[in-house]
This record gives sequence, structure tokens and C-alpha cells, in this order.
Amino acid sequence: MAARAIWKGVIRLGDASVPVKLFSAVEDRGVHFRLLHEKDLVPVKQAMVNSQTDEVVPYEQVRKGYVTEEGQIVVLESSDLGELEPEESRDIRITRFLPQAAIDHLWYDRPYYLGPDGGTGSYFALVEALRKSGKEGLAHWVMRKKEYAGALRLQGDHPVLITLRHADEVAVAEDLKPPSGRDLDKKELAMAGQLMSMLEEKFDPTEYRDEYRQRVLDLIESKAAGRTVKFRKAKRKKPAEDLGKALRASIKKERKVA
Amino acid sequence: MPDEDEQPRAQGRALWSGVITFGLVSVPVDLFPANRARSVSLRMIDEEGTPLSRRYFCPEEDRPVDWDEIVRGYETEKEKYVVVTDEELDALEPEKSREIDLRRFVDLSEIDPMYFERAYFLAPASESNKAYRLLAEAMDRAGRAGIATFVMRGKEYLVALISEHKILRAETLRFHDELRSASSVGLPKLEKAEVKRVREMEQAIQKLSAKSFDRDEMSDDYAERLRKLVARKLKSGEDVVEVAEDVEDELSGGAEVIDIMEILKQRLEGQGRSVRASASSGGKASDLENRSKEDLYARAQKLDIPGRSSMTKKELVRAIRKAQ
Repeated sequence: MAARAIWKGVIRLGDASVPVKLFSAVEDRGVHFRLLHEKDLVPVKQAMVNSQTDEVVPYEQVRKGYVTEEGQIVVLESSDLGELEPEESRDIRITRFLPQAAIDHLWYDRPYYLGPDGGTGSYFALVEALRKSGKEGLAHWVMRKKEYAGALRLQGDHPVLITLRHADEVAVAEDLKPPSGRDLDKKELAMAGQLMSMLEEKFDPTEYRDEYRQRVLDLIESKAAGRTVKFRKAKRKKPAEDLGKALRASIKKERKVA
Repeated sequence: MPDEDEQPRAQGRALWSGVITFGLVSVPVDLFPANRARSVSLRMIDEEGTPLSRRYFCPEEDRPVDWDEIVRGYETEKEKYVVVTDEELDALEPEKSREIDLRRFVDLSEIDPMYFERAYFLAPASESNKAYRLLAEAMDRAGRAGIATFVMRGKEYLVALISEHKILRAETLRFHDELRSASSVGLPKLEKAEVKRVREMEQAIQKLSAKSFDRDEMSDDYAERLRKLVARKLKSGEDVVEVAEDVEDELSGGAEVIDIMEILKQRLEGQGRSVRASASSGGKASDLENRSKEDLYARAQKLDIPGRSSMTKKELVRAIRKAQ
């Protein structure tokens, strides 16, 4: 079944414009619980309460406030917040094209498929041009009153936009100092490399399943059917003291399996 | 749970403590978020500027309810719920839930970018950082990522373990069934494009080509505009409310921003390990139960747990576990 588009926009690239529809590439499969009042099993509602008086404040009287370091609150009316909103637009501006992998995946947030909005001429021309250039674009757009940045990439035969995080949300490894200590043992390092290559495989995402989610759903099903559920305790394991010994034993074990 | 899918807030404490196993080698680690919350956050207040907190109330009895009166329910049919307890969920965790077992190594470039969800830095959590350094160095040299699954805060994660700059990082990956395919979305099959159009676009791409990614282009413009508006109002004194002293404590709990980078820097250098509960103390239950009541109260404050001031230590533990 075809998915519903969440937004429509126009990619501006030089003189060309490509009208596109955005589709979420992610499907929510989480198990969602409701919070219930234990006594009557009625879902609880949320209310804003004045923490000094414990009184419920109606939503139309709720404002937003910015708390300064000096302990002052700056009240922001809805007109103030409206003023901060970016100008609405359908444009998806591409500001740069970068070599693949120039944008570290630390920046990636959520992927969206792009589908053609109307004719497919400019859409597939974009696909072909992206493929030939081998590059990914840096895009900026305003969607639902919020500014977004994203990576415009090719996913098979279709373009995708992966939204990117803001600079102040991303911590990078270069800013950190790695743990230091005495030089590592060359032999141990070689053994670690050997063990790693013995465990090397192609990445196949279809091999992994969220087993815990399935167990939660199974639990709910058994409880709904009135069956009792058994508990078991998790076990823990002690770290090995001698690294070299542990590595040798690991390599030996892997050889036996192979 | 209201907070379950939200990004865990940085609180200066490891989100998860456990062990990476690589063959028979164990590397105790603490996990910290590499993606921080946005730099400006706003508080809910009333018309006079008094800070408000979110509380739950029962529509049936029309009264606020405390955390210890709330249970978690799954709707099986309309208005019919199956109640699931914390203990039941804990029992479903795999036997080796405190372990990231590296049984497989792949070429990082083989992982499609659509899979990456969120990043975490790992800091060594044992007296000796030798095993950590050995694994990081060996992975760096081989240019490989380790793949594993593990359970954290009631959710199973698929992770790629990456060594960059000799620091270990765990990147959670979406499971295959969480990603749609182009055909399931209903995208059209590839068509041949007009050569002239393609060439024009290629030229436009060429014109905009740059060698490297510029972090400055990723600034949060909304936050910047907000800061300017706040500065303007502070200068004119318009809409500025002085916080009463008795409210200040509560506010500082909510507004305090702990710089996760500072904590990470210390931790990677082998300092400040005492703030963390011992890695060997295991499950989240004991992590919390070993803490002082003051510590638990401070955490409850950050999580904005209603009714915390009248809670016993045991109640605080329960409420925090639910809220996380």
C-alpha cells in the first residue's frame, strides 16, 4: 500500500526546479503503553499545575518562559514566538554538493524518501545527475514552521533527504582526548586484529530482529489470555584479567568453529 | 510511557553501564550520548510567570494522581488494557543484557546511512583502560565496525561499534523492519531522463561543489533569534519576572545544563569515575537503590516527577524508573 506524503516542496537546483513529495522512510514499530490510574484502570490525563499551590492551570493561561542564569524568567507571549518563526516557503534550497561521506553519520537524524509531485521528467533527471556526480547535496528548507537542514542523497533509484542535527547538538570525537596509558603490546594488538578478521562478514541488516519487542508483545498476549508468566534472573560475567591469554583462547575457539 | 521515545536527557551520569565482549576479552564501559539536546529550552509558566509542572490526573475521579498510583497498560481492544509491571519487563531482558557481544565485524561503508539513528560515546569503566585502548586501536587499524545487539532502558538496540580517533562510539541502527522500501512507499520505477536536463543539473551540481562539510552552516538559527529576543526583553525590562527564592531551587534543577562534553573529557582521561555506580553492580534497579535520597530527589527534579517532595526513598526509585 502506498504511503501518504507528509509534505510537498520544490527542490531548487540552478535554473531547474523539481517538485517533490516527502514520505517518512521510518516506520514506528515500538510497543506503546498508556499510563493508567491503578485503581480504576482509566488512562490518566496531563495537566499543568502551579507547583506552589498545587492548582491546575487551564491551558489558555499557560505561557512559555526563558529562564536566565541569573534566575529571571522572560515571559514569551504567543505573538513573540510567532515572530521567531521562519518565513513559510515550499523551496528546498541546495547550498552545496559534497563528496560521499563528507557528512559524518553523527549528523544524520531521520530519513525521508522523495517522490515526484506531478511529472517525473525533472525528478528522474535529478536522480541521474546525482548518480553521475556521485555527490550528496546539503539542503535547507522550512517545513511546518521549522527550519531543517538535510542531506540529499541517492538510495537505489530514488532520492532521499536525511534531516541533519544542528551544530550544538552534535559532539565530535576530535574535541575529545582518547584514553592514554603505557604502549600497547604489539603481539596483543596483532592478535586482536587477527580475531577481528576471523569475525569479519558482510553487513546484512535482515539478519537482525528486535527480539525484546517480540517478547514484550508475547507477554501482553499471554496476560490478555489470562496465562501466568514465569520470571528468570539475568546472569553476569567476570572480566578476564590477562588480555593476551584471553585473545589466544578466543582465536583458538574461533578456529574450531571455522 | 511519556518519555520512553524521547531522547534521554544528559544528566552527567552514564546512560548505561555494561561490558563489551570481544572473544573472551571483556571491556567494561559507560555510555554517554553524543547527540545533545538543543541548547535553548523553554519552561511552562502561568500568566504571572510562576513555573508550572506537568502532573497526571484521573478523569474518572477528577483529581491529580501520584506516580505510585499509576501503572502501565497496553490497549488490546478499545478501552481494555493489559497491565504490565516493571518487574515483568525487566524479566524479559535477555540473560546477557549488560553485555555488547561483538560477534561480527563489517566494513563501515557497507551500512546504509538510513540505518543510523543515534550516537553514544563509550568511556572505559574499569581501573585499567588497557582493554579499551587495545580494542579501539585494533578497530581503528582494521577500519572495521563491530555489530551487536543489546538492551538499554527497556528497548533492544542494534549497534555499530566504531572506533574513531581512538575513542569508541556506539551508533544505534534502525532494525530492518523499521525502514520502508521505495516500493512500499509507492515510488515510481526508474525512467530514462532527458539528456539535456541531466547535463544542466550536473552543471548546477558542479557549480555548488565543495570539498568539505562546514559545521558553521549547521547553526540553529531559531535558537539564535530566540536568544536575541530574550536579550532585547531583558534590556528593556519588559516581561521580565524575578523568580521568588523558594521557586529558585526547583528551577535550577530543571534548567541546569550539564555539559556532557566536559564529563566525557574527564571520564576518558580516567577522572570522576566515583560519580558513577560501579559497573559490576548490574541492573538499573540496584543502580538506583544504592543512591542517597538526596541524589534520587535531584534526579526526580530533573525528570519533573510530580509529587516528589512527599515521596519516600522507595517511591522515588519507582517513580524514576517509570519516568526514564
